[in-house]
Amino acid sequence: MDTQYGWLLNLICYLPLAGALLMVFFIKNENVGAIKTAAAIIAGVDFVLSLPLWFLYRTDGAEFQFASRAEWITSVGAQYLFGVDGFAILLILLTTLLGFISVYSSFTAITHREKEYYVFLLMLQTGMMGVFCSLDFVLFYVFWEVMLVPMYFLIGVWGGPRKLYAAIKFFLYTLVGSVLMLVGILALYFYNAGGLKAIGLAGLGNTPTFSIPHLYTIAPQVPPELQFWIFLAFFVGFAIKVPMFPFHTWLPDAHVEAPTAGSVILAGVLLKMGTYGFVRLSLPLLPDATVKAVPWIGVLSIVAIVYGALVAMAQKDMKKLVAYSSVSHMGFIMLGMFALNDPGLRGAILQMLNHGVSTGALFLLVGIVYERRHNRLISEYGGIAKVMPVYATFFLIITMSSIGLPTLNGFIGEFLILIGAFNHSWVWALFAASGIVLGAAYMLWLYQRVFFGELANEKNKSLKDLNLREQWTIIPLIFLAFWIGLYPKPFFDRMQPTVDRVMERVSVALPETDLGFVSGGDTDADHAEEPESKHGE
Amino acid sequence: MIDATHYVVLSLILFCLGLIGVMVRRNFITVLMSLELMFNAVNLNLIAFSFRLSDLAGQVLAIFVITVAAAEAAIGLGLIIALVRLKDTVALDEADVMRG
Amino acid sequence: MKLYDFIWLVPLFPLLGAVFNGFVSNRRGLSKTTTQSVALLGAGLAWIYGWAAVIQWFFTEDHTRAYSVTAFTWITGGNLTIAGGSTAAVDIAASFQVDPLSAVMVGFVTFVGFLIHLYSVGYMHGEPDRDYARYFAYLNLFMFAMLTLITGSNLPVLFVGWEGVGLCSYLLIGFYFEKDWCAAAGKKAFIVNRIGDFGFLLAIFFAFYYFGTLEFQGLFDAMAGDHGGHYATAATIIGLLLFVGAIGKSAQIPLFVWLPDAMAGPTPVSALIHAATMVTAGVYMVARCNYFYQMSPTAMLTVAVIGGVTAVFAATIGLVQNDIKKVLAYSTVSQLGYMFLAAGVGAYVVAIFHVVTHAFFKACLFLGSGSVIHACGGEQDMRKMGGLKKYMPTTYWTFLVATIAIAGIFPFAGFFSKDEILAKVFAAGYGDLNHHGGVYYLLWSLAVIGAVLTAFYMFRLVFMTFHGEFRGGEEAEHHLHESPWTMTLPLQILGVLSIVGGFIGVPGFLWGHPEHNLIDRFLEPVVLHMDHGGHAGAHPGLGLELGLIALSLAAAGFGIWMAYRFYFVDREFVRAGKLAERFPFAYKLLLNKYWIDELYAATFVKGTVKLADLLWEIDARVIDGAVNGARHVTVGSSWLSGIFDLRVVDGLVNLVGRFYDVASLQFRRLQVGFAQGYAMVMVFGAALLLGIFFVVNL
Repeated sequence: MDTQYGWLLNLICYLPLAGALLMVFFIKNENVGAIKTAAAIIAGVDFVLSLPLWFLYRTDGAEFQFASRAEWITSVGAQYLFGVDGFAILLILLTTLLGFISVYSSFTAITHREKEYYVFLLMLQTGMMGVFCSLDFVLFYVFWEVMLVPMYFLIGVWGGPRKLYAAIKFFLYTLVGSVLMLVGILALYFYNAGGLKAIGLAGLGNTPTFSIPHLYTIAPQVPPELQFWIFLAFFVGFAIKVPMFPFHTWLPDAHVEAPTAGSVILAGVLLKMGTYGFVRLSLPLLPDATVKAVPWIGVLSIVAIVYGALVAMAQKDMKKLVAYSSVSHMGFIMLGMFALNDPGLRGAILQMLNHGVSTGALFLLVGIVYERRHNRLISEYGGIAKVMPVYATFFLIITMSSIGLPTLNGFIGEFLILIGAFNHSWVWALFAASGIVLGAAYMLWLYQRVFFGELANEKNKSLKDLNLREQWTIIPLIFLAFWIGLYPKPFFDRMQPTVDRVMERVSVALPETDLGFVSGGDTDADHAEEPESKHGE
Repeated sequence: MIDATHYVVLSLILFCLGLIGVMVRRNFITVLMSLELMFNAVNLNLIAFSFRLSDLAGQVLAIFVITVAAAEAAIGLGLIIALVRLKDTVALDEADVMRG
Repeated sequence: MKLYDFIWLVPLFPLLGAVFNGFVSNRRGLSKTTTQSVALLGAGLAWIYGWAAVIQWFFTEDHTRAYSVTAFTWITGGNLTIAGGSTAAVDIAASFQVDPLSAVMVGFVTFVGFLIHLYSVGYMHGEPDRDYARYFAYLNLFMFAMLTLITGSNLPVLFVGWEGVGLCSYLLIGFYFEKDWCAAAGKKAFIVNRIGDFGFLLAIFFAFYYFGTLEFQGLFDAMAGDHGGHYATAATIIGLLLFVGAIGKSAQIPLFVWLPDAMAGPTPVSALIHAATMVTAGVYMVARCNYFYQMSPTAMLTVAVIGGVTAVFAATIGLVQNDIKKVLAYSTVSQLGYMFLAAGVGAYVVAIFHVVTHAFFKACLFLGSGSVIHACGGEQDMRKMGGLKKYMPTTYWTFLVATIAIAGIFPFAGFFSKDEILAKVFAAGYGDLNHHGGVYYLLWSLAVIGAVLTAFYMFRLVFMTFHGEFRGGEEAEHHLHESPWTMTLPLQILGVLSIVGGFIGVPGFLWGHPEHNLIDRFLEPVVLHMDHGGHAGAHPGLGLELGLIALSLAAAGFGIWMAYRFYFVDREFVRAGKLAERFPFAYKLLLNKYWIDELYAATFVKGTVKLADLLWEIDARVIDGAVNGARHVTVGSSWLSGIFDLRVVDGLVNLVGRFYDVASLQFRRLQVGFAQGYAMVMVFGAALLLGIFFVVNL
C-alpha cells in the first residue's frame, strides 16, 4: 500500500459530491445557465484532476497506490480504506471522462428540474468512483448501494414513457443482487474472524476486518465448499450488474427509458461494476470456486454473445438494439475473463474500456437524433446521411469500433479475448467468433436502415447536423477508439500488474498445466492428434 | 425604615395587576405588557431577597429572567404580527380557531 | 539510406491523403482540383516510393528471406500456453516486410492503383465537390488497406488490411447510398466477407496455438523445419480455415454472391477493388501461407476443387448476362477460380502470375466498360448498346486487346498465365499429385471448358457493345463521345500491359530453362518445397506441353468462333434467342444465377432473421416474463397481506382508536380556543392548589 498522493484520490472521489452540495445551496433553481456551467466545470475539473493518476501510477510499485486509511467502525473492524491499482485507474479515468461528457451532452436534452438532474448526475459520479477506490468491503458495499439511488431518480424522473416501470425494475433487480453479495461479504468476514456458530462456520480467528487486501491473503485457506457458496452469492450480485444472460432483461428497459446521459453512464460505467467485481473480488478471493465455475460461466457468456446479437437484430428501437448489443459485448468480456489466462484477462479489461467508449458513444449518437425527432424507431429514419453527413461519419466510425474493425479499439479487445478463449477451448472461440459476424450484421443493417436509402420521411428533411457542442461530446471517444486501436500498449502497461496479480491468485487453484487443449508434456506427437478428441467443453 | 416586607408587598401588587391585565384585557399588546409587568414583579422580589440574604444568586437569576423576557417579547410580537396578518386585528378573543 | 526500412510509408502516404480528403476536403467542400491533387499525390507517392524501395531491396538484400521492419509494438497480450506446454507471448508488432511476393504485389498494386485514381479524376468529375472528396478519401483509404495487407509481415497486420479493404469496399459499393440497392449491396459484401473473416480469425488462433508466432517468416521456418510431418493436422486445419477467409474475400463458391452485387459501386471501384486488387487478396494470402497447403493434401485438394468448380460455374452465368458490368463480375469470379485452381495444385507462383496479368486486362476491361457507360449516360444494358466502335475508337481497341488477353490468345498476357495454369493442373493429374491424380484430370477438363466459355462470353460482350448498330435510340446516340484523356490514358497503358505483361512469365522451355520462367524464379523462395507423393516430379514432355498449348488456343478459338456466329454475324441475336427458347429451363437457370441469391435469402438470411425474432419473443415473454412474474407474485402477495393488514391488524388498532375518538369528543369541549380563558383556568387552578395547600397545612 503506497499512500503517496492519497489525498488526490479522495479529492477526485468527493469533488463531484461536494460540488453537487454547493450547487444545492448556492444556485437558484431558475438559474439554469449557472447550473449547467457549474456542473460542467465540476465534472471537467474532476476529469482533469484524475489525469495525473495515469502518469503517477507506477507499474513496478505497490499493488494499491494513492492509498489512504482511517479508522471507521472500529467495533466491527471496518475501515475507511481507499487505494487503486492500474485496472481501477483505467476505469476511474473512463468514469470521469464519461461523467464530463454526460453532463456536457445533457445541456439541451434536459429541460425540466435541471438542478436536481445535475446534482444527481454528480452524486452518481462520486458513487461510482467510490466503488473503484474502496478497498474495504463495507465501504465498497456502501458506495455500491449509493450508486443506485441517483440512477433510480435519473431514470424515474427524466426518463421516457415507461420510466417508472424501468426505474423500479432496475432498482429492485440490482438490489436483490447486492443483498446477496452482502451475505457473501459477511460470510467471508466471519470466516476470517471468529466464525459463525449459528451456521456451523468455524473461523480462522484473525482480527475481524473487511479489508480486501487482507482477505486476499487468506483466500487460499477458504475451504472449497464455502468458496462455492460465497462465489454464488457474489455471482448473482455481479451477474445482474454485468448483466449476464439470463439476468439481462432489466438492461433494455433501463436503457430505453433512461435519458441519454443516463444510458451513457449506465452502459459506460455501471455495467463495468459487475465485471470489476469479478476481477477484483471473485477471481482473487475465491480461486477454487472460480476455476470450477469456468465451464458454466463460459457457456453463459457464449449464449449471451450469440443470443444478445440475435435479439439485437430483431429490435425496431435503436436504443434497444444498442442495449442488446451491450449484452453481447459484455458476454465477450465475461468470456475473456473466465478463460483465466493472460490474454483473455487483458482483453476483458481492455474490452471494458472499449465497451464504455463505443457503446457510450452509440447512446450519445442515438440520443442526438432522439432529441431532434423524439423518436427512436429505426423505421422512422432512412437516408439521413444526406442531411447529417458529420453525424453519419461519426456513427460509422463508432459502428466500426463496435463491430471490431482492426485499427479501432474493439478489435484489440475481441482479438485477445478470443485468443484467450481459444486457448481454453477452441469450441468456445468458434461460437464466440460467430458473434463477430452477427455483430456486423445487426450494426450494418441498422446503419443501412437509418442512414442509407432515400430520404423518404418529410420530418427528416429538416434535420440539422451536429453542432459544435455535440461534436465535442463524441470526438474524445472517437479519439480514444483510434488510440486504443492503434497503440494500446500504454493501456496494457497499466493493467499488467493487476492482471499478473489476479492470475497469480487464481493460479493456486489451476491445475498444473494449462486448461484443456493439451495435456502438457513435451511431445510433438500432440500436434498430430485431432484437437477435438481432447477438447470438448 | 424600608425592609423586605415593603418590597414583597409592592411586588405582590405589581404581580396581581399584571395577572389581571393578562386575564381581562382584549388587546394582545396590552396582554404582553402585563406579562412583562409580572416578570418584573418577580425580578423585584428576587433582588430584594438577594440584598436581604446577601446572596448574589438572586441577582443572577433576575438578569436571566430579563433575558428570557426579551426573547419572550420578541416571540410575542412575532405572534402579534402573525395574528394581524391572519385576522387583521390585535384582539385576542378573535384568535379562537382552535376552539374544540 | 535503405528505402525499404521505411516500407510502411507506402501504405502511409495514401492514408494521409484519405485523412485530408475525408476530414478537410469533404468537410469544407474544397475544390475538385485540391481533392484530386491530394489523392493523386497520396497514390502517386505510394507508387514511386514503393517501386523505389522494392528496386533498392532487389539489388541489395537476400531474396530468400523476408526483410521485416517493425514500425511499433501493437498488441502486448501477455503469455499463453501453447501446444506442447511451452509458453509464448502474444506480442504482435505492427511490422511490415519486403520479400519477392510482397515486392510483386506492391509493384502492380501501386501502379494499377495510381492509374485508376487518374481514371477516376475523369470518371467522377460530374459529382458534387463533397462527394468527390468522399470518393477519393475512400479510394485512398483503400490503397492504405490494400498495401497494409500485402506488406504486413504477420497475420494480424494482414488482417488489418484484410478488414480494411472490406470496409472500403463496403463504403465504395454503397457510395451512391441514396439508392437502396447500392446500400444493400455494400452491406451484403461486408457481411459475407465477415463470414470469411470468421474462418480467418480462427486460423490465426490455431496458428498461434500450434506455432506460438504469427510472423510469416516464423511460420515458414517452423513448417520448413518440420521434417516428420508433425504439423500435418495443424496445416490442414489452418489451411482450410484460412481458405474460408479467402473464399469470402475472393468470391468463391459458396460465398461469391456479393461480388456481382458489388458492381453497384462506381466503375473505377469495380476495376480497382473488385477486379484488380482486393478480390485477389485471397489468392495472395493462400500464396503467402503456401507452407500450410504444401503440408496438407486435403487443403490443397479443397482449394483446387473449389477454384476449378467456381471457374466454370461463374463462367456459365456470365454467358447470358446482359449487364456489361455483371458479365465482367462473373468473369472475375471465374478468373479467381482459375487462380485458386493453380494454388490448389501447388503452383502458387502461377496463381500470382495470373493475379498480375488479370489485374492488367481486367482493370482495362472494367475501365473500358466505365468509359462505355460514361458515354451511354449511365446505361449498363448491352442490349441498348452496339456499334460503339466508331464513336469511341480508343476505348474499343484497348477493350479488344484486353478481351483477347483474357481469352488467352498468344502472345497476349492472359495466354501465358492461363496456359501455365492449365499446364500445371494437367501436370498435377499426370504426376498423380498427392495421389489425387484423377480429380486433377477432372479439374483440368473443367478448366478447358471454362476457357471456351470465357472466350465466348467476352467476345459476346465485345460484339454486342461495339459492333453492329447502336440500339439505344437517337437521343442517346447524340451524346456518344470518346472519354477525356485522364480516362483513355490509363486504358492505353493497361492495354499495352495486357499485350506485353505476360512476358514476365514466358514458359521456361521456350528459352531453355525448362524448370522455371522469370517470375517463377523470382518468387521461388516464397514457396515451401515439399515432396507431394505420387511421382510429382514427373513433367509432361515437350511435345505434350506444346499439344496442351495448342489445345488451349483451340479452346479459345472455338469460343470466339461461337460468339462470332451468334452475336456478330447474326445482328439481331435471333439464333441466341432461339437457343434460349429451345432450352428454357437452362436459360432461366443461368439468367437467374442458379437462384443462389434467392436460396441464401430464403435459408440463411431469413433463417437468421426468424431466429432473431423468435429469440426476441422468448426474451420478452419467457425471460423478462419470469422477472415480471416475480414482480407479480410479490405484488400479489403484498396485496393479500394488505387485506389481512387492513382487516385484522389494522382492525385492532382502529378499535383502540375508536375508543379515544369517542372519549375525546367529550374532552374537546374544554378547548375554548381562547388564550385568556386558558390563563384564567391556570390562575384559578393555581389558586385552588394554593388553597388546598393552606388548608392541608393548617
